[in-house]
Amino acid sequence: MLLGRVVGRVWCTVKAPALEGQRLLIVQPLTPELTTTGKPLVCADCTGAGAGELVYYTRGREASYAFLPAEVPSDNTIVAIVDELHIKRGSPC
Amino acid sequence: MLIGRVIGEVVATQKHASHEGCKVLVIQPLNLDDTDRGDAVVAVDAVGAGVGEKVLLTTDGYAAFTAVGLGPSPIDMAVVGIVDQVDLSSQETA
Repeated sequence: MLLGRVVGRVWCTVKAPALEGQRLLIVQPLTPELTTTGKPLVCADCTGAGAGELVYYTRGREASYAFLPAEVPSDNTIVAIVDELHIKRGSPC
Repeated sequence: MLIGRVIGEVVATQKHASHEGCKVLVIQPLNLDDTDRGDAVVAVDAVGAGVGEKVLLTTDGYAAFTAVGLGPSPIDMAVVGIVDQVDLSSQETA
């Protein structure tokens, strides 16, 4: 999974029937220090995340497993809204 | 699998039901010389790793959700080991 911030939303009138009712959000991937990394992408959402929220999302085939037993053709799905992030880099092993 | 270091923990209340009760860690993948290898990722913990530890990270979904004892779930990365030691021959590091 990767951290990201919801920066927008996508509406599609014409879409695969299995995508009906799914929210499609634009997510900007972030580093743990919350600086942007890489390019924004479109994610389905199973959490009810809104604009500006910090989230983490699953990639690949497992992204569609968030909606089981429905088979939703999603390859990026937001699976959690982050409340707190505790980062401590450079600690000795 | 990749070698990485645990650099943090994520707290989330609103999350997919399969993530309930899972510890969620932020992992920085590492090169063999312990320099950062790409961006840090979020992974569920299957072994009880803590911040600062060097760990083994699987990046395959099937391996990840079975490691935490689940069926098909939206989990694509898991910590599946804590690294004690890495030995390299000089040929492999070249």
